[in-house]
Amino acid sequence: MKVAIITFPGSNCDYDLYKCVQLVGGSPDFVWHREVELGNVDAVMLPGGFSYGDYLRAGAIATMSPVMDSVKAFAAAGGPVVGICNGFQMLCEAGLLPGALLRNDSLLFVSQDVLLRVESDSTVFTRGYEVGQVLRMPIAHAEGNYHTDPETLDRLESEGRVLFRYVDASGKATADANPNGSARSIAGIVNENGNVMGMMPHPERAVEEILGSVDGTGIFEALLAHLSPVGTT
Amino acid sequence: MSDRPEYNGTSPGSTLAPREGDPPITPELVDDHGLSPSEYDRVLKILGREPTYTELGVFSAMWSEHCGYKNSKRLLRLLPTEAPWVIQGPGENAGVIDVGDGLALAFKIESHNHPSAVEPYQGAATGVGGILRDVFTMGARPVAVLDSLRFGNLDSGRVRYLFSGVVKGVGDYGNCVGIPNIGGETFFDEGYEGNPIVNAMCLGLMKAEDLIKGEAEGVGNPLMAVGARTGRDGIHGATFASEELSEDSEASRPRVQVGDPFTEKLLLEASLELIQSGHITGIQDMGAAGITSSASEMAGRSGNGVEIDMDRVPVREPGMTPYEILLSESQERMLVVAKSGHEDDVKAILNKWELEAEEIGVVTDDGLFRVMEGGRAVAEIPSLPLTEGCPTYEREGVESDEIKELRCMDLSRFQDAESDQTEAFLKLMGSPNIASKRWVYRQYDTTVRTGTVIRPGADAGVVRLRGTSKAVAATTDCNGRYVYLNPRMGTMAAVAEAARNLVCVGALPTAITNNLNFGSPLKPHIYHQFREAVLGMADACKLFETPVTGGNVSFYNETDGVAIYPTPVIGMVGIVEDVAHLTNAAFEEEGDAIILLGDNTDELGASEYLYVIEGLVAGEPPSVDLLAERRLQHAVLAMIQKGLLHSAHDASEGGLACALAESALGRGGSPMGVHVTLHDALSPLPLLFGEAQGRIVVSCDARSVDDALRTAKKHGVPCRQIGQVVSADEGFRVEGRSVTLEVDVDTMSELFFGAIPRLMDGASQT
Repeated sequence: MKVAIITFPGSNCDYDLYKCVQLVGGSPDFVWHREVELGNVDAVMLPGGFSYGDYLRAGAIATMSPVMDSVKAFAAAGGPVVGICNGFQMLCEAGLLPGALLRNDSLLFVSQDVLLRVESDSTVFTRGYEVGQVLRMPIAHAEGNYHTDPETLDRLESEGRVLFRYVDASGKATADANPNGSARSIAGIVNENGNVMGMMPHPERAVEEILGSVDGTGIFEALLAHLSPVGTT
Repeated sequence: MSDRPEYNGTSPGSTLAPREGDPPITPELVDDHGLSPSEYDRVLKILGREPTYTELGVFSAMWSEHCGYKNSKRLLRLLPTEAPWVIQGPGENAGVIDVGDGLALAFKIESHNHPSAVEPYQGAATGVGGILRDVFTMGARPVAVLDSLRFGNLDSGRVRYLFSGVVKGVGDYGNCVGIPNIGGETFFDEGYEGNPIVNAMCLGLMKAEDLIKGEAEGVGNPLMAVGARTGRDGIHGATFASEELSEDSEASRPRVQVGDPFTEKLLLEASLELIQSGHITGIQDMGAAGITSSASEMAGRSGNGVEIDMDRVPVREPGMTPYEILLSESQERMLVVAKSGHEDDVKAILNKWELEAEEIGVVTDDGLFRVMEGGRAVAEIPSLPLTEGCPTYEREGVESDEIKELRCMDLSRFQDAESDQTEAFLKLMGSPNIASKRWVYRQYDTTVRTGTVIRPGADAGVVRLRGTSKAVAATTDCNGRYVYLNPRMGTMAAVAEAARNLVCVGALPTAITNNLNFGSPLKPHIYHQFREAVLGMADACKLFETPVTGGNVSFYNETDGVAIYPTPVIGMVGIVEDVAHLTNAAFEEEGDAIILLGDNTDELGASEYLYVIEGLVAGEPPSVDLLAERRLQHAVLAMIQKGLLHSAHDASEGGLACALAESALGRGGSPMGVHVTLHDALSPLPLLFGEAQGRIVVSCDARSVDDALRTAKKHGVPCRQIGQVVSADEGFRVEGRSVTLEVDVDTMSELFFGAIPRLMDGASQT
């Protein structure tokens, strides 16, 4: 699995993603945001961080980067695209995913472990999990409050496009377990075609026991399993 | 062949005509620049003539307390600075130690107290920015930040404003650059009401051979300004930091710099790439006193001179005078000495990161710090006397009678008071000094870089070293009340606590950086505190074999004439040989034995109990037996390395009762209960809440108890099982001769985790 990790000025989880992709047996490559060609890759990942210092709006300026046209074309051709944290914000800003990520309802940056309930196991990203499974991984963001109109929310739900929800230890999506005020406790979604995923939590920080959790590994392994048979590497 | 000209106290030669528009040099102007008449005489002697206005500004900054260490340097020489593992001691941007496997660790702590007192958000943010730059200019990649903060009491609105602004500033800057925060401390006491303490520490890793220094090597090599442009912000920040705060300080807000962590992140990547590229010979942060200090210090260290052309410095606005350009403290700037002929390569790297690099001068062989404007010299000062010739003073130090009286106060009536132990215990658990600081570190990214293996909220933070089995641990510690009441003993306690915190996570204490926060050294009782603190630190660091590799002195921490508690913050680093040995503070298993290492004593002085319950800061602070501390460190490390322990946590503020409670509550995920019986013949208050030093509470499987006790005995450490870990339903119970503390775990948990959020008004408690 050849993975292009796009690095923007201000990206700071690029290195973590790189190590994580390596760990599951993929071949990561950094692609600087000024590149116009992605090259021959099987998947694209947009890392977390503060691209362009979050100026204007988180993720907004990054969508103007030269490389983003190629990312859009790659996504349109059905290539898998993963956006984590700031990457999720970019995917929303670029119109590849619906909705927007507002300031956390506490108005504070929130960094902590959260529990996520898997809501769909039928995408290439979540096949390794079971619906209802509860995962533990960190969040670290100031703008993770997922927002969109009620019709879109209903559509996301009915089409099985909500992938993860913030829950408590018993698996219930309570207000207390929602760390940022996200609509319907949504932590991650996928596009209509099922090939573009965005999520606020950091699965790449939950891939080794020593980091406190290995629950994030499933996403990368599922993607690898999906791509390997037809992979170009 | 050109020999470096010897400075012999005579004029470097030329006479500089005053620059048009500059004010004439009068005694008032000299005084405004913080130079005493005798210091000014020295300037005259060095120059052999009257300084220009520009030169006066340069001397004022370089000979400020902040840059010149004039009231601290003589005493700081008493600190131990050497050990076989020290690669770089004091005097560079950061200290560096060898951590094995070809890796080196750069680390340093620095204060931003004054800026944070008038503009908490930017003051704290730029404090983090500055310390990151100190570390990456050594060639190291920052891997962790810690913050050591002190404020007044949270019932004051002003204090809440300072506290929330500082925490947000620390968080926003580090989060954006992507450096995890792994620990630190937050302390509240009215002694810090007007003058908060904001110290930030950074750790960076590098291959040992990548170390680069801030030296201007190679005559003819170009000096290049790199990163952000120079603006009119922060002018005379170094001088401002060397004055007391007063009502007028609000007007100093423009002297506070403004930070841009996004530019810092680019500068970090560009600088590391530059250092790797081999196109440069030296690099230094333009920190306090900006271009002036970076250029003259780089020249001073190498014995060369520098010439800087004001017309070539990239500025934010036209019309800036040499005085302003030289003294600006605009953030995110670096001074680089490139190899001659490699200028374009340097620019190419900076341009890739969307930053500027401009040649602004050249390394010369005449030993002078020369500044040119329009082809004319506006400053010409011998570099070495400028950087090293700052007059140093040893002041008169006398203990204050008032503090002595407090220390000698008879505490027996408080000690033996018939107070309700449970009520006192619950009050302490809800005191912001003991309560969980989750409200703070929840605003800090603690897991970015996937290196953090022990996060904030533990005894020390730990970052693993990829590709090895090792990790580095770090902590910051100081109880200012102890130091206030007994500066020498209190400082020894700070070093001892830092070492205990490191061994509790499984690290061997290795070296320290210090941040000496004090009032005005011109006051005899403050100078006394400073001297005693340095002596105590020297003793403890020698015995613990933790040399001082650098640090920062922050004097004049006073508001309207009242000084803060003397606060010599110890930033200590240690090495974990094998991450398999990492140990946490939290009790883990029902049925585990709870073992106490060290002795309970009859000491209640300077305790959090006295402050919270009696409103007193008084008494003799707990005494420190350095040899016993050393034995304790070795014993705990041996137990951890044998794999005997499930948890280790030192007893500090709030005493044994609060230490047990903290281990029971852990991070709030799965709290445990505790059943402990104490047989000591002590009054209940010192037994439960006294802050006797040299104690660590550990837990282990019942089958390991004998082995653990044997290990402690072998190291000569008093040790006994005092109880066991039970389920949370069975409650938190401590019994003794005249002690009965029985509390349900939920109540305790709610107080511990809810106290600070409640004080901060409805902030989320999850």
